[in-house]
Amino acid sequence: MSTRAKELIALGAITLFALVFYFGKIWGWGTFEFPTWLSMVVIVLIGLSLLWVLILTLKGQLIERRVVFIYVAFAVALPLFMSFSQKITISPEVYQLHNALTELPAGSKVLISFDYDPPSAPELQPMAESIIRVCFEKDLKVIVMGLWPQGPQQANLALEKVFEDSAILAKNLQYGRDYVNLGFQTGNEFVIQRMGSSFESMFPSDYEGTPYREIPLVRNVRNFSNVDFSVNLSAGFPGTVEWVQIAVDRYGLLMGAGNTAVQAPVMYAYLNAGQLEGLLGGMSGAAEFEAVAGYRAKGTKFMLSQSFAHVVVIAFIIIGNVAFFRSGRKSKLKGK
Amino acid sequence: MEHFALWLSAFLTLGILSFLYKDNPWYKLSEAIFVGISAGFWVVTLFWDNLVGKFWDGWQDEPMLFVGAALGFLMLLRLVPKIGWISRWPLAFIVGATSGLWLMNYLASNIMVQVMATIQPLFSTGYASGFDAGWGAIISSLVIVVGTFTGLVYFFFSKEHKGAFGGAARVGIFFIMITFGASFGYTVMSRMSLLIGRMDFLLGDWLGMIG
Repeated sequence: MSTRAKELIALGAITLFALVFYFGKIWGWGTFEFPTWLSMVVIVLIGLSLLWVLILTLKGQLIERRVVFIYVAFAVALPLFMSFSQKITISPEVYQLHNALTELPAGSKVLISFDYDPPSAPELQPMAESIIRVCFEKDLKVIVMGLWPQGPQQANLALEKVFEDSAILAKNLQYGRDYVNLGFQTGNEFVIQRMGSSFESMFPSDYEGTPYREIPLVRNVRNFSNVDFSVNLSAGFPGTVEWVQIAVDRYGLLMGAGNTAVQAPVMYAYLNAGQLEGLLGGMSGAAEFEAVAGYRAKGTKFMLSQSFAHVVVIAFIIIGNVAFFRSGRKSKLKGK
Repeated sequence: MEHFALWLSAFLTLGILSFLYKDNPWYKLSEAIFVGISAGFWVVTLFWDNLVGKFWDGWQDEPMLFVGAALGFLMLLRLVPKIGWISRWPLAFIVGATSGLWLMNYLASNIMVQVMATIQPLFSTGYASGFDAGWGAIISSLVIVVGTFTGLVYFFFSKEHKGAFGGAARVGIFFIMITFGASFGYTVMSRMSLLIGRMDFLLGDWLGMIG
């Protein structure tokens, strides 16, 4: 059979699989969840197959790179069906952010800047939902904004998710009185600088077009001195670095941050220097915040996939090194 | 419409992932759609937010906006090869203004405060509190002192890295390597998170197999 024929068969199989389960979803098949014994069997099988790959490598038979991709795909996908979750150890910086929020008196104003877009949502959206939920539970007033165009949309998605909770819904929170979305403003770090003197100059109206002065929650918010705490959820520029440099160091705003994992190592310098009041780094930060806040949402759920994927990556680093030494490339590199 | 949007998203997601098998037309189509939509989105956003929202709606109140608009127009002269050199003026303005504005910010936040955070008492929790630090805090402080010092030694190239100086530089390399390792680990976590997000979409939102 030719390669093209095999590819067409694989494509047909994927399409059929998708159609069956898509119509299954419409017909109400419900979700699938592995029982614990099946989860254990899957884990053991993956472990044994990795051992087999290691043995093959020791024998000098190298595997194709696509096999590594398949392993990573399984390592990420299969845990999503598993019913158990891993133990989450909470870091001091996550406690710090949680405490900073929960120790605020009721009615305090919290500014949350959504400086990310949908590609970073798997890491930052769970953080956003948990932080907003904690704010509403503690009767804090939430002002959201974005320096990225899609940020305010992500904020609305997070708010919708939080309002699915009956306990939050029972609080009868009102838009404009208890929370507000000021929307996006172009200008990157200059927006932060102008906000230091006047919020209204940067946000003359909110996301829905209501004039700033007609919104009860922000009517008396002139600049950063009228905000009690701030959280920046950032995936790059403009983001936490700019907020620290301008809002924190120049205007004295108290701020915690949630960052993508790529950014997190840089932010630890700001945390250690006391420029940040807590930090959530990547998906693990989101899961830790959920744990400290007493929720089990997507951050926690995704961490099992994350851990499985890391184990597979570590396994293939070992296998790759075995292949490297086995092939004698080290000797060649040394010129022997 | 919802069904169409879901299938389109899944089609494009799988198209991008198909690159892992090999470069193919499905991947190229998905990539081209992504690049095109991103560019279009930014053009529309900046047109309405900057040109219309800020300049067109605001020039009556702030005539100074015309200066910015003029500089912006000069930037576009790059498209005319004969007078393209004029675009260097607004570029020079941007470079100069940005340097002037952000020099102090970086100096204060990324140098002064960081240096202050490094100069901490080794054996106490405060300058006036005596020897009251726990072992964990002492070790942590020592790591910061040794790591900062040896890291700086490594980047000092005016003296040959030999003897005690070379030894300190080698220790500095270890600290730098550990930092790179931590960054790499976080990057792996970040990339895996993106894949998990797409898997959650495919298996959850699209096929409804997971909750």
